[in-house]
Amino acid sequence: MMACLLEAPLRISVLSEVTATSRHYVDRLFDPDPQNVLQGVIDMKNAVIGNNRQKANLIVLGAVPRLLYLLQQSSSSLELRTECAVVLGSLAMGTENNIKSLVDCHIIPALLQGLLCSDLIFIEACLRCLRTVFISPVTPVQLLYTDPTVIPHLMSLLSLSQHTQEYITQIFAHCCKTPEHQTVLFNHGAIQNIAPLLISPSYKVRMQALKCFSVLAYENAQVSMTLVNVLVDGEQLSQVFVRMMQRDKPIEMQLTAAKCLTYMCRAGAIRTDDNCIVLKTLPCLVRMCSKERLLEERVEGAETLAYLMEPDIELQRIASVTDHLVSMLADYFKYPSSVSAITDIKRLDHDLKHAHELRQAAFKLYASLGSNDEDIRKKITETENMMDRIVSGLSESSIKVRLAAVRCLHSLSRSVQQLRTSFHDHAVWKPLMKLLQNAPDEVLVMASSTLCNLLLEFSPSKEPILESGVIELLCSLTQSDSPALRVNGIWALMNMAFQADQKVKVEIVQALGTEQLFRLLSDPDTNVLMKTLGLLRNLLSTRPHTDMSSHGKQIMQAVTLILEGEHSIEVKEQTLCILANIADGNTAKELIMTNDDMLQKIKYYMGHSNVKLQLAATFCISNLIWNEEDGSQERQDKLREMGFVDILHKLTQASDPNLCDRAKKAMQQYLA
Amino acid sequence: MQCNICSVLSKMAELGAGSLLTGDPAFNYQEHELNERLKRLYPAVNEEETPLPRSWSPKDKYSYIGLSQNNLRVHYKGHGKNHKDAASVRATHPIPAACGIYYFEVKIVSKGRDGYMGIGLSAQGVNMNRLPGWDKHSYGYHGDDGHSFCSSGTGQPYGPTFTTGDVIGCCVNLINNTCFYTKNGHTLSFCPCLSFQPNLYPTVGLQTPGEIVDANFGQQPFVFDIEDYMSEWRAKIHSMIARFPIGERLGDWQAVLQNMVSSYLVHHGYCATAMTFARATETMIQEDQTSIKNRQRIQKLVLAGRVGEAIDATQQLYPGLLEHDPNLLFMLKCRQFVEMVNGTDSEVRCFSARSPKSQDSYPGSPNLSPRHGATNAHLHNTGADSPTCSNGVTPTNKNKSHNKYTGVSSASSSPSSSPSSVNYSESNSTDSTKSQPHSATSNQETSDSEMEIEAEHYSNGVTESSTRIMNGTYKHQEILQADDNSVDDSCSSRQLCGGNQAATERMIQFGRELQALSEQLCRQYGKNATHKKMLQDAFSLLAYSDPWNCPVGQQLDPMQREAICSALNSAILESQNLPKQPPLMLALGQATECVQLMAKVRSGSCSFARVDNFLH
Repeated sequence: MMACLLEAPLRISVLSEVTATSRHYVDRLFDPDPQNVLQGVIDMKNAVIGNNRQKANLIVLGAVPRLLYLLQQSSSSLELRTECAVVLGSLAMGTENNIKSLVDCHIIPALLQGLLCSDLIFIEACLRCLRTVFISPVTPVQLLYTDPTVIPHLMSLLSLSQHTQEYITQIFAHCCKTPEHQTVLFNHGAIQNIAPLLISPSYKVRMQALKCFSVLAYENAQVSMTLVNVLVDGEQLSQVFVRMMQRDKPIEMQLTAAKCLTYMCRAGAIRTDDNCIVLKTLPCLVRMCSKERLLEERVEGAETLAYLMEPDIELQRIASVTDHLVSMLADYFKYPSSVSAITDIKRLDHDLKHAHELRQAAFKLYASLGSNDEDIRKKITETENMMDRIVSGLSESSIKVRLAAVRCLHSLSRSVQQLRTSFHDHAVWKPLMKLLQNAPDEVLVMASSTLCNLLLEFSPSKEPILESGVIELLCSLTQSDSPALRVNGIWALMNMAFQADQKVKVEIVQALGTEQLFRLLSDPDTNVLMKTLGLLRNLLSTRPHTDMSSHGKQIMQAVTLILEGEHSIEVKEQTLCILANIADGNTAKELIMTNDDMLQKIKYYMGHSNVKLQLAATFCISNLIWNEEDGSQERQDKLREMGFVDILHKLTQASDPNLCDRAKKAMQQYLA
Repeated sequence: MQCNICSVLSKMAELGAGSLLTGDPAFNYQEHELNERLKRLYPAVNEEETPLPRSWSPKDKYSYIGLSQNNLRVHYKGHGKNHKDAASVRATHPIPAACGIYYFEVKIVSKGRDGYMGIGLSAQGVNMNRLPGWDKHSYGYHGDDGHSFCSSGTGQPYGPTFTTGDVIGCCVNLINNTCFYTKNGHTLSFCPCLSFQPNLYPTVGLQTPGEIVDANFGQQPFVFDIEDYMSEWRAKIHSMIARFPIGERLGDWQAVLQNMVSSYLVHHGYCATAMTFARATETMIQEDQTSIKNRQRIQKLVLAGRVGEAIDATQQLYPGLLEHDPNLLFMLKCRQFVEMVNGTDSEVRCFSARSPKSQDSYPGSPNLSPRHGATNAHLHNTGADSPTCSNGVTPTNKNKSHNKYTGVSSASSSPSSSPSSVNYSESNSTDSTKSQPHSATSNQETSDSEMEIEAEHYSNGVTESSTRIMNGTYKHQEILQADDNSVDDSCSSRQLCGGNQAATERMIQFGRELQALSEQLCRQYGKNATHKKMLQDAFSLLAYSDPWNCPVGQQLDPMQREAICSALNSAILESQNLPKQPPLMLALGQATECVQLMAKVRSGSCSFARVDNFLH
């Protein structure tokens, strides 16, 4: 008790002592003698170096506005202004809170203004401070672009010195976050201005220039196309990047150069079979995934590699055999390792921090590797505990990991064999269903897409999924604002309805509701419409189900709606196929036979210029006049009266063999 | 003699032409490519000791193997019914450890009936009626199943299968004793084989009819970028060396390095530099300053080609030294003879019409010599040979100055070309400094290196009044620049003994004396083949009208003085109970030797730790 009482005032006195010295520094900034002010700023500079507490104190005591004032005053000596910029740069080196305070004091426009000065030392000090401010995550990058004269001015300063080059390229590399930023920089000649810096004698300049190109080229065809034609000292830029990927170069440089080439390749500027991709970039990125690399490097390497080969099966095949990549990736799941937990608390902390990143990167890369080739998928699922890892990944707390895991699962779910075996064995549908209950849209898209595959008729998971009450969920997806989710919802329902029993079909129709069905049939997204028609077809297919006791009318309405609307050939073909299914039903036939309007439409499509539509319409008629069924005679007569026989006769002369064949078969019904 | 040489030469020329004619130009080109590439990839390999594989061996193969295309193409010519018909071939030589990292590629020209090709390595003596990997000391990657076989009949899943058109590479890393294969330029990760025994041969095996493969041991560029892989290991090893821990001994380390530098400077007699270095680093120099300067002076004389004077000086300063080392004396005398031919030794230079004085007063009579109050012109001329004397000149510069020097004696129009007076006076003053080092200004001045004296005269010619700048380099450059003007006219006028008749007679007389000395040594110590050869070579110079451009003319190259100079220097140091080699050179030699030893004990990292990589 006593101790506490004694201690408290002591602490206060120490604190007040500290603020007193800090106060002294600030006071000196207001000295009437400029020489004293200068000396004060210099002393302040020496006092704050490496002292975060002192920095915070000075900021609290209001040093920043005064320093900025002195920096902007034209009456200040150049030396004073430079020292002010240096001190501000030093303050910016502190905590994120420091940066926030500096930004709040409008340091950025003040420093940018300072760049208009002609003195190089002063410009460099301003740039150094700007660089420190801009590379902080708390600084809004937009501040670089508010004044349109800033970027061109920065470009013009690139030629001044290695320091200006280093700081400016570093600012660009950090502040180029959107396609708009890319365009602004590109339009102000970033490529021509920065390309020569790739062969600068300074490593830092080379490195920052390289980083600039990686952010500029990312998903930007315009920049990438320009880059391939740039020459640096007579050498193609891609070759400069290839040289930077040499194994004796620093890892950071190899990795960033590989990113540049990856982005140029993905943007279509370099072919995927180009040697610089196949023999250089890809192997370099695989190396980055190796155990010898730092955890951060392994994450970036894997993500970049996943992105590089996503669309190209050849690259996926090469990567899958390079350096045993598939088993190398299994190591990404071993953090924090049991060793690190025991031996070294610092390492455990480090491992924990990167564990999520590592796992999501590995999932992404597996997803990319397995997106096309069946053998690679097999190799992945056979990797130690792979399916278990995916399953537990689906329910991890980190959204990034969940998303990557479901992407990986989705990629693997394209394999019939895996659906039949490992997917079922590991009951992946369970965590997947859980994931679907409550997830952000991007996860939902992937998860529902995976579900579509799991609901394919040969998938053994289909049954348990059905029993888990998935229909409601899917129906709600069809009402989503996101077209991708609507497609996936209706697609899953379509798959579910394929060769399903009557009970399931009824459930689907009831859960979806006629209203929603009609809404989907008028969906602006053709994919949604097509899958909806597919669902209808599946609902109606196989004879016993065709007789839509309760929904016949609505479905006929829907069909009429589509056939009368402005739709693509594919949509109309699908619709006619539905009609053909209806025509195959016992009682459903009557829905068509009693609808003269519909019969006229069929007649019209039999004479359509598109063979596919002719074929589908002929199918429909052929079903209606089929001999072995009750009342076929009456239907034949009615249709003959309506002139269908003449049309069929004409179609037996058709040039398309399928159509001709189908028409002949229909004619035979009359002859028999 | 000349005729003989001529005929030998013409014979040699014929032989050379013959070999050129028989070769197929394309093949020669490939051969050239191969040599260049192998030299670049494996610079540490001494092919005289450990030749590199360059083709398949026509002797070391199973009978079902056929070779063609300079023993690079392998085809199967057996029945290929089952695995008992497998057949292999090894390369001509095993992979030398000094490669560090070794690589070869095989292109599958045709997979034949079943594509049972195996690419890999095997030791000498492993059964050739098998595919590589099946037996002990044999390793292979097989095309039909993509498995890797490590001395076992059952393979382990390793990589993809391979077939017609694929290029398979095999890389052996002798640094960490691993191996990996490549397919079409892509690495397939490390092969699971854990240990490799030394002296493995590149090997391929085939098993069914129609299988054909082509090897590339470096004849063509490799599909896989092996040089890039090597660069990674070079960087690794260099950084390992750079970061080699010296532990807590940081202070010791610095002292050792300083001692290395200092002793090196002292050894070669860079007196002023050594003193400055000692002062700057606050270290001590073992040897007495005068002693260093004496050695420096003698070395300068040898390097200037004035061997006679060097012998005299040695005898005077280190009595008994040469008497106890007749071999060294004989070597020196032989060199002196060569220098006489060259026209550089003072015994012949004194006959030069324009150098009338001083050399006869030099030997043995130091007391009579004048102080060096010589004229400007005289000293200017002396300046000409100073770069040679100042040890620190690079060989090319040395060459220049020496050529020039010969020119001075024969063609220079300056009043005197005899430099000995300066040296002489210096030797005089050296004596005095022995008794009272650093006391009198004049003494100190004269005891400073010759170079500085000369430089001084460049500026004003007055010794006593000038201010000394202890910067050898600066003056050195100045002297060199001054030299350049007269380089051109020197080379054209090289004549035997400087073209002087009396000198030639003196030379011949000296030759006889040398012959007599040789005979005397022979009687005393028995025959000595080295001496005989040395004498023969030296005398051979006389057989040519232009000794400088003859088969034995190499001897006249001033560069040749360096060996004898360092031998003499070492002998002097040894006689003073000082190390005959500077520790720096010892360390260097040891490091070089170590690296060579590493190659012998098959430690692959030696190829990336070569000493010359670190000498700049």
